[in-house]
Parts: sequence; structure tokens; C-alpha cells
Amino acid sequence: MAITFQPSAYSGLVDHDNGMVSREIFVNSDIYAEEQERIFTRAWLFVGHESQIAKPGDFFVSSMGEESVILCRDRQGEIHVFLNSCMHRGMKVCRYDEGNTPIFTCPYHGWSFATDGALVGVPFYKDAYHEELDKSQWGLIRVPRMTNYKGGIWATWDENAPDFLEYIGGFRTYLDILFDGWDGAEGGTEVIGGIEKWLVPSNWKFPAENFIGDRYHNISHRSVDLVGIGPSGQGRRDTRERDGARALDISFPERGHGTIVFLRPADAQPVPSYQNDPVIADYFYQSEIARKERQGQLWRIMGGPGTIFPNMSYLPRQPRSIAVWHPRGPDQTEVWRWFLVDKSAPPEVKEFLRQYYIRYSGPSGLTEQDDMENWNYAHAASRGAMARRHHYNYQMGMGYAVTDFEDGGLSIPGTVLDVTKARAGEQNQRGFYSRWADFMAARDWDELAGWRNNGNGSAC
Amino acid sequence: MVVANDPLAMLLLKQDVETFLYHEANLLDDRRYEEWLALLTDDVRYWVPMRRNVKFGELEREFTREGQDINWFDEGKDTLTRRVNQILTGVHWAEEPLSRISHLVTNVEIVDATPSASNAEGVALRCRFIIYRNRVATETDILVGRREDTLRREDGGWRIAQRQVFLDQNVLLAKNLTFFF
Ligand code: FES
Ligand SMILES: [Fe+2]
Repeated sequence: MAITFQPSAYSGLVDHDNGMVSREIFVNSDIYAEEQERIFTRAWLFVGHESQIAKPGDFFVSSMGEESVILCRDRQGEIHVFLNSCMHRGMKVCRYDEGNTPIFTCPYHGWSFATDGALVGVPFYKDAYHEELDKSQWGLIRVPRMTNYKGGIWATWDENAPDFLEYIGGFRTYLDILFDGWDGAEGGTEVIGGIEKWLVPSNWKFPAENFIGDRYHNISHRSVDLVGIGPSGQGRRDTRERDGARALDISFPERGHGTIVFLRPADAQPVPSYQNDPVIADYFYQSEIARKERQGQLWRIMGGPGTIFPNMSYLPRQPRSIAVWHPRGPDQTEVWRWFLVDKSAPPEVKEFLRQYYIRYSGPSGLTEQDDMENWNYAHAASRGAMARRHHYNYQMGMGYAVTDFEDGGLSIPGTVLDVTKARAGEQNQRGFYSRWADFMAARDWDELAGWRNNGNGSAC
Repeated sequence: MVVANDPLAMLLLKQDVETFLYHEANLLDDRRYEEWLALLTDDVRYWVPMRRNVKFGELEREFTREGQDINWFDEGKDTLTRRVNQILTGVHWAEEPLSRISHLVTNVEIVDATPSASNAEGVALRCRFIIYRNRVATETDILVGRREDTLRREDGGWRIAQRQVFLDQNVLLAKNLTFFF
């Protein structure tokens, strides 16, 4: 399924050089429909985590763009992603959220599919189909490209999409902070049971651009800072570790991904944190020491919120979690939230984090309630005929980023805007929307993989 | 239901408990949050699980587990107090301007009374709720479900020692849960 398009007229709605984006791309239903075709059928999308489907027959029903998909481990232990729609006449084959099954039986006429997607049962196969139906042609539609990167399962509908590692490029350094253990052990994380799912009346790009690194909106969280929910009972987070760190906004405009990080000084040492409980304080302190040993200079990078284009966002440190912003119409987003802990952490640490995650995040979280209020009403106030005539402003910090940022012998991957003094910038959002425009304009992945031609190499 | 070997005592207890529940609901709807907090015991447990679609026969997995999974709420008085304090900052944008809320409490059943109905120091009860929330201009949520409460008599009055809330939703249809059940 290689997908080709004519360039869309809408790509011009992003004015990257002047840091402006038309409100139409957030509120216009024609543009929304084109996004479903041009972005969500071509990009790599986050589907779930391997710890959710640990055993053969385990399944988790997920979503790619608007469409329901089944993430499933077959009898041989292999992982697949299928479109959750019966090949006979479209019925949603699986309406459970998760579970374990030897077979998916369609509720409508009873076709049944094995966990590898093969059509294995057809009622009246002999009498009504005269054994002429070629079952091998009517298995569940398999998402053609899938990868398991450090436990995270990603998939794309486009056969010509680059490999996932090429898709994320140099952003891998930052994504690893999410999926590796706190001590740096490769892929050392697992999902806590219970995926939060809820609706926000806002276009899916509002949360995606917020999580890509919006330090400017700190002020909107004043109420939670006043009451204090952090792991040590104050503020929102435990931030002593940030003392003396540089604040960097990092964008990969040719890919659309971005994150913010804090960079410790070259001579920094691990600092004790989470000190209300000795077991927890010790776990994190020892983990930091181990990570520093393992990673050397790279240990200096403390991850912050980020977004992988288009709709997977994450917090790699506190509260460690993944958010996917599923589009549900131009005016609605269904948010799914996964929470991660170190597999090998002692029960006290997992419990401490679980409680912190709940009070921070999602619809019941003291922090994110205020985010959603802003996305809701920014969206609502942008829909009118007059409002649409005026572009959003993303001009902060234009012209101050560098592509060769280096500090104390450590070079930082990506286009870096040093906001240590400025405290905020909007280059990550500019990168996100210029990539959005690329997706709307490009015919195919030959055009989308622009980094192959500009000598930037797949590793960057 | 407790064995009603003393029907009159049960009737009086039910009346007493219902009066308390309506009073509590009024405090919330009147935005008297600090008075509401005072109705919670210091060791209160407040749990609101998420709810999955699972196969028939696997219903024990329908709700996320208290103390183990991610839940909408799974906390005690400290966090509940912080929630109240956040609303009282006046800059908690998700509740500023404040929502208009009505709690309807109904189908009240006494499940257990200790040591006895005529002399109850503790009560386990089950009820249904409808929470109607309207805010800003047209934003409206209606949340319906079952509640299981444990009340304890302290200082001569009822206090809430445990509240378990079973919402009739899978994907939460409200953008936030800034109110109390
Ligand atoms: S739609 Fe599934 S068997 Fe007919
Ligand atoms: Fe925020």
C-alpha cells in the first residue's frame, strides 16, 4: 500500500518563515479530512506497549488515527496490528478493550480469525460458498509496517515509509530516555495497568504542540504550583536536579519531532531527590549513579516533554507517561494515556509513582485539568469566520537556534534553541507545523524523506 | 441488606443516613468545600476506578484495581484537600469560573450497620448518583453511576470513611473531573 497524493492547497497555510499558522488548519473540516489521508495513513503511529500483550493470545484494541486496530500476540508469540473491521462486511471484530483469546469471532455472520489474522472459520462454507471462497484472501487487514522499539509498538499503513529508526532519526537520543530504565538499562520499562481514555473538545494539534515543549505556558499551572503535588510535596515536580542546568528546546523540523530538555553542567553529580521516603530516595539516587556510569556525558541530558510527529507525546521523567491524541473530528480529540515504571523497581517505588501519576495527569490530574481548559477554549474561540482570518503567532525566539550546539564536549542532536535566559521559545512548534505542511504537500515518502537529499544523513 | 430484625430501627437509621447524604451533597453544590472536607475521616479512602469492556465471564477485570492500577482517583485526605485548595486559589482555570453542579443521590440502601441498626457506629451503604455539571456557557456533563460508602460516627455525627464510585462510562465523556462524587 504505497500511497501517492497530489499536493494539497492547504500546505500554504503554514508560514514558517514568519512564524505564523492559519487557524483554518485547526477548525476546518475539509482540512481535517485531508489530514486523515495524508498524515495518519503515512506516518508512524504509536499503538501500544509490549508489556500489554505479554502472552500468546493477548490483545489490546488501539487506534490509528480515527480507526480501531487490534494489537495482538499470536500463538507463535509474534506481534501484529490489524484493522478492527471484518473483511466480510465491516463489523468491528473485537469490541473488548483488552484480553486473551484463541480466536476473534465476528458477531455479525460469524467469520472467525486466528490471532495471526488468518480467516479460519466461515459458517456455511461448504453449502453456501461451495468451498469456493479463497479464505487466504480474506484475512484481517494487517498494518504492513510494524516495529517494536524498546517495548513501544509503532505501526504505519505506508509500505514505503522509512524504517522507524530513520523516521525518528537523531530524536532517538531523547526517546530512549522514555523507554529505558531510570538507570539507563535498555527498554527497562513496563506499563502500569489501566489506560486512561477521555474526550477533549479541541483539535488534536493543540495538545501535540503543547507537549512538544511549551515552557511559556508555565503560568497557566499556577494553581497546582500553589497547592503542591510534587513527589516531595511541593510544586509540580522535584526540580532540584535542574539547578544550574541549561534549558534547551530541541527540534527536528525535517521530521516534525521536538522536545525540551535540561542539560546539567559538565561537572554535575547526581543529587538526592524524592527525599520523603528513604527507599524511594535511594532507588532514584542509585539509578542516577548507574545511569551516569552507563551513559557518561549523555547522562547530563534530563528529558522533558516531547512529541513524535504527528500525535504521540510523552513525559520521560515525571510523570513518566505516553499520550496519544487520537483525532475524532476537527473539534474533538480522544486522549489515551499510558503510564510507565521501571520493570525492576521495588514495589514501594512503583506505588509512589502510581499515586503521583494519578494526581498529576489526565482528567483527574491537578496539573493537566488546566491544560485541557486552555485547549478547549482556544479551539472554541478560533472557529468563527472573523477569528479564522487571523493567524496564530509562533514567533518567539525566531532566528536564535543553532544546529551544532555543543556544551562541555557534548554535542546535542537536533536544532537547538538555548532558552536558559529566555525561559521559553516556539521553535519546536514551528518545526512541528512545517512538517505538517510537508505532509500535506508531499506526494509520497520519496518527497517526505527530505533528509536523504540534504546530506543530513539518516542518522541525524 | 442487613437482616431487618428491628425494622423500626432500620427505618430511623436510613432516614438518618439519607439526611446526612443530602446535606453532604448540598455542601458540595453550595461550594462549601472546606465544610465538606470536614465530613471526611482523616483516614478516608476515595477510589474511582476506570472501567473496561471485557468478555462475559471475565467481569472481574472490568474495573481497574484499587491500590494497584491507574484509577481516576485512588487517594486519601491529603490529595483531596489539595484538590479543594486548588479550587480555592481562584486561578484553577478548569474551575474558574466555577461550574454549576447538582448532585442527585438516590436508591439509598443500607448494606450493613455495626454493631446494630438501633445503635449504629458504622454503616455501609449503596446508592446511585447523577451529577449534572454545567459551566461557562453551554458546556454540560452528566455523570451517572453507583456509589458505595462507608460511614463512621465521629464526634456525634456521621463521617465518610470510604467512598467507592463506579461510573457508567468507558471512555470518559467529560474533559475533566474537577468535582467530587
Ligand atoms: S461482517 Fe463479519 S461475518 Fe459478516
Ligand atoms: Fe501543561
